[in-house]
Amino acid sequence: MINILEINNLHAKVENLKILKGIDLKIKSGEIHAIMGPNGSGKSTLCNVLMGHPKYKATEGTAKLNGKNLLTLDPNERANLGVFMAFQHPIEIPGVTIGNFLRLAKNANIKATSKKAAPLSPHEFMRDLKKSIALLKTDENIITRSLNEGFSGGEKKKAEIMQMAVLEPKIALLDEIDSGLDIDALKITATAIMEIFKKTKPAILLITHYQRILNYITPNFVHIMSEGKIIKSGDRKLALEIEKHGYQKYLK
Amino acid sequence: MAVPVKTKKLVSKTFGNYKFGFNTKSKSVYKSPKGLTQETVERISKIKNEPKFMLDFRLQAYEIFLKKQMPAWSADLSGMNFNKIHYYIRPQDKAKTDWKDVPKEIKKTFDRLGVPESERKFLAGSGAQFESEVIYHSLQKKLRDQGVIFESTDVALQKYPEFFKEYFGKIIPMTDNKFAALNSAVWSGGSFIYIPKGVHVELPLQAYFRINAENMGQFERTLIIADEDSSVHYVEGCTAPVYSTDSLHSAVVEIVVKKNARVQYTTIQNWSNNVYNLVTKRAFAYENAEMIWLDCNLGSKVTMKYPAVFLLGEHAKGEVQSLAFAGANQHQDAGAKMIHAAPNTSSKIVSKSISKAGGRATYRGLVKVTKTAKNIKSHITCDALLLDKDSRSDTYPTMDVDQENVAIAHEATVFKIGEDQLFYLMSKGLTEAESASAIVNGFAKPIVKQLPMEYAIELNRLIEMEMEGSVG
Repeated sequence: MINILEINNLHAKVENLKILKGIDLKIKSGEIHAIMGPNGSGKSTLCNVLMGHPKYKATEGTAKLNGKNLLTLDPNERANLGVFMAFQHPIEIPGVTIGNFLRLAKNANIKATSKKAAPLSPHEFMRDLKKSIALLKTDENIITRSLNEGFSGGEKKKAEIMQMAVLEPKIALLDEIDSGLDIDALKITATAIMEIFKKTKPAILLITHYQRILNYITPNFVHIMSEGKIIKSGDRKLALEIEKHGYQKYLK
Repeated sequence: MAVPVKTKKLVSKTFGNYKFGFNTKSKSVYKSPKGLTQETVERISKIKNEPKFMLDFRLQAYEIFLKKQMPAWSADLSGMNFNKIHYYIRPQDKAKTDWKDVPKEIKKTFDRLGVPESERKFLAGSGAQFESEVIYHSLQKKLRDQGVIFESTDVALQKYPEFFKEYFGKIIPMTDNKFAALNSAVWSGGSFIYIPKGVHVELPLQAYFRINAENMGQFERTLIIADEDSSVHYVEGCTAPVYSTDSLHSAVVEIVVKKNARVQYTTIQNWSNNVYNLVTKRAFAYENAEMIWLDCNLGSKVTMKYPAVFLLGEHAKGEVQSLAFAGANQHQDAGAKMIHAAPNTSSKIVSKSISKAGGRATYRGLVKVTKTAKNIKSHITCDALLLDKDSRSDTYPTMDVDQENVAIAHEATVFKIGEDQLFYLMSKGLTEAESASAIVNGFAKPIVKQLPMEYAIELNRLIEMEMEGSVG
């Protein structure tokens, strides 16, 4: 089944500050869209509005997944429809282990998909989790570690993608997954994203500042965002141009 | 940061979901009239057929109780009326050692609380107190043969008066505070434990305290003596029915930990929200002894409790680990006292509190180092988790150090359950309730994981109930 995320004229504010000023975007299963743009242009806001962070308020427009409006749903309802966000700054939660948390999340997803579907047994879940851990070349002791607590920058980002591998979302919002990664960690993380992409064909919205990650993840579309709007869209070549000339050329 | 409306609703809903709030219609053999008089004190002693020294002890304590002021430095006790309390209720004539012999309606109460079931599964011995008296007591034969004594304090007084002359009221003198004096005057029930030299009791001993009647005062008195090179883990659990009027629970717990011995005293207290819980707990730890208080306080209207360890011998260790959960109209005023009175002693205090729906949690602690106590170490950690902006947490640490050669570290942190934490968990698929619950359980985990597994499960369940408002 082809899943379509359709964003129309989306406006949003954070604490009375207008950030998004009319975003139009259509993303389908099996497509990778990269959004680039200068700091403060609203890229992360777009992810947070789509995921439903209570601080970010949509004021106008719609965002629909397969025709269903996401903006009125709670974050967990969006997650259970198949929306996933990899956080730019994953939150530390002491005492909540990755293993327990992710099993709850996975089974909530399964239950939402079909009332009849049986939850994964601990054994089945552990098997999937270990595969995902191997994909990210991470140590298995992560299962019993507290969520993001005391993780290095690189470990946090890898853990987000590990979660993506387990949850198998339809739409993945990857918010600056490459920031704070050294070159080896970037390669591992980006390669893992491509493995997941090949396997489950989600729609991916990738927020990044740097062209570098696009050497591993080839986008179908590249968009430049500035002052809350998408000002130019193109293909892979656009990213290379930005790398060469900077954003100035495209900004008014 | 603001907490979403749904969390607030959830939190307000939970008040009134106390699972143990049922009461049992039970006929008592004797119930003292409300209020406290010298006659009541004499009557209690007479019914129990006590030796004269105990009657004298009670009457002396009664005089002190009348003279002592209410503590004014702590939680609000202005709602407490000493004249509206029954000080003694005798549910049956004699403690039973066979569960079959316990009166039916009392048995039903404890069956609902799961008490006899736990004994079969994982305890070395257990006791159950209903109102003022211990109604059931048992200990594994193997331990009896090794000389372990585990009796109700009343029975022990009759059988082993020599222990009482040596220790009773010596660790916590009746002059210590108004409620210690009150307990000394009207005490009834509680556990007496003696562990002989070199005996290690592997499984926990448990006592379960149940208040059933309205306006009840429960004053159990516990005395534990761990002789040299011995060890024991004692667990107490407490519940009461929900009434619109107040009850009072005021226990005194005295513990002696001799050379090289180890005692762990674990409390899982889950009183209903109409109980004033004012408890004095103190241990003497001698050379190389170890005393651990693991104190989990849920429920009650007001709790004032500061388990203490007097470190009296070299290399003695004291530890207090506490967890308090304060909901609407509740004040948990809990803490710890560590008195370093010998060189090379060490202490550790870990206090964690969770406040919600306007509840208030206070940490009140004292670390005292006397002149002769060289080279001591003490580490204090206080963490508070606030679930909403109406709730409150305070920390009052006191250090009284008469020594230069000490290492005392104190850390205090206040966490607020944040929008960002909730959003993070919800964005991956957990409901708001599951997310809040996970955060709270995660916070409590360092304490919970030190409990034996069965109790850890029980405590997690209690926290979950406080959080979710689901009635079991």
